[in-house]
Amino acid sequence: MVSAHYEHFPHGADIGVRGIADSKAEAFAQAALALTALVTDPAGVASRTKVLLECSAPSDLLLLNDWLNRLIYEMAVRRMLFGRYEVAIDDGRLRAEAWGEPVDRDRHAPAVEPKGATLTELKVGQRDDGGWVAQCIVDV
Amino acid sequence: MDTNGLKQIGDTEWQVPKSGAMRVPGVIFADAALINDMDNKVLEQLRNVAGLPGIVEAAYAMPDAHWGYGFPIGGVAAFDPDEGGVISAGGVGFDISCGVRTLLTGLKRADIEPVKKSLADSLFRNIPAGVGSTGKISLDETEMDAMLEGGAHWALAQGYGGTEDLERIEERGKVAGARPDAVSTYAKKRQHDEMGTLGSGNHYLEVQEVTRIHDAVAAASFGLRLGDVVVSIHCGSRGLGHQIGTEFLREMAVAAPDFGLVLPDLELACAPLRSELGQRYLGAMRAATNCAYANRQIVTHLTRRVLEHFFPGGRFDLLFDVSHNTCKEEWHAVGGKRRLLFVHRKGATRAFGVGHSDLPAAFAAVGQPVIIGGSMGTSSAILAGNPQPERAFASACHGAGRAMSRHAAARRWRGRQVVDQLAERGIVIKSPSSRGVAEEAPGAYKDTDAVVDAAHRAGLARKVARLEPIVCIKG
Repeated sequence: MVSAHYEHFPHGADIGVRGIADSKAEAFAQAALALTALVTDPAGVASRTKVLLECSAPSDLLLLNDWLNRLIYEMAVRRMLFGRYEVAIDDGRLRAEAWGEPVDRDRHAPAVEPKGATLTELKVGQRDDGGWVAQCIVDV
Repeated sequence: MDTNGLKQIGDTEWQVPKSGAMRVPGVIFADAALINDMDNKVLEQLRNVAGLPGIVEAAYAMPDAHWGYGFPIGGVAAFDPDEGGVISAGGVGFDISCGVRTLLTGLKRADIEPVKKSLADSLFRNIPAGVGSTGKISLDETEMDAMLEGGAHWALAQGYGGTEDLERIEERGKVAGARPDAVSTYAKKRQHDEMGTLGSGNHYLEVQEVTRIHDAVAAASFGLRLGDVVVSIHCGSRGLGHQIGTEFLREMAVAAPDFGLVLPDLELACAPLRSELGQRYLGAMRAATNCAYANRQIVTHLTRRVLEHFFPGGRFDLLFDVSHNTCKEEWHAVGGKRRLLFVHRKGATRAFGVGHSDLPAAFAAVGQPVIIGGSMGTSSAILAGNPQPERAFASACHGAGRAMSRHAAARRWRGRQVVDQLAERGIVIKSPSSRGVAEEAPGAYKDTDAVVDAAHRAGLARKVARLEPIVCIKG
């Protein structure tokens, strides 16, 4: 059993997001939390509004890229931050609930604005211990 | 970087010989210290770029080069459509036409010091910056398309600036061939409330002092004198550009096999210039370029309003506006023949030389102003394009370049500590985020002076003036 968590990893100009969990869907959810954590502490984002999201792609790699870019888009146009994600993946189709609230510049003190999830260091796969890893570099 | 296998030419140029799939050699402009500090990824990415179809002459890396996406940041490569040349969304980057402009103020440091803190507060209040900020303008679909076609000309028609500004922007503020129809609804929606915003990350508005003049003739032509105060604005095409980059990168990556392209790195995603996809990206990218010109024009207007409040009757003329994430259609002499090429500059600045036909008359005798941004606390620089022959398709560096990842910088410094240390040096920092300040700490960047020196000695552009920060507004 792999404990679900997220982490950041370095890149020359920007920063990497990585989700680790015992299922692919939860690794995608953790990668999304890592994305939020680039901006602010996800624990400080209240779950006031639920946004339903869907995307599909021909490969796990492109699905992760699409998922994170969809979140970046929703964060930008809704002026929101998300602190909780519930993700299901079935046959290349991702359905998710993202919970969050409008950006509060004083309380969230947003550090950076993600521009886009890139194809650099893009990986989705299982480790030897069975844990799923979902990661890429985000341009900020 | 491991320089084994590279051929050193002089003290600021390293040739990467053709090997493997490389169609042309690579060239890295850097002194021994700068190349020693560069990531090996720069070399790997430069070799990959040198293998793209239709590349001409060489793949170049500027002295501030660092690990990027497909292309190194600080990368320059030109492609010939007649030879199957490609256009790459990764070679332009997510922040299309991100750039810097500098305003002259006619003020001296002594004018600024008494009002420094309130000026900083006012700029911070009036220039929308950072996550969640919105501009004061919302564009409907018709206005959005007019902006994407008109660039700075559109902004002027809305009352943001005067016609004299246009002469001081690349392509006189409006790139031809923009195609608003090639820009997705998503990209336009993302830009809906973002006109006239600074953004975040390494974007900034800085009040600076000219602390050194290297080239008196060029400085005089640019209107720069020792002790002058200038204002520099670093931002780009905002959400619209980011969304265009995101969408076309994916589409080009998926379509690559259809074009017979084998990509050693997905981020090198590209399409032949003479393909429907290549042409559609070109049109969308040019629309984003016009968006960046319009955006910087609006931010300039907001800045001028603040300056006019503090210094009534002042003139705040635009020195010049450069973009450093671009692909531009330009004529260049290659092997004695003039060829129309598509020059990608990813984190690199165009540096047209003396007498270039596209330069405004004011700069014909001295070359194009090349604005090199620093980081808060570090110096910035103004250079000038060199006389012929041009180097690296008339390109120069764009900034100091990161020496340390954001991750490492946030671990090493606290934002408050950075702000306090800079305050001791008389520099006022305004930012909504302490961690954002730590990630952008001056120590996280290379020494701007070293990068600029290397560009000067390599003949890419020549040093004109050095600028030091007084006030820095970060997003």
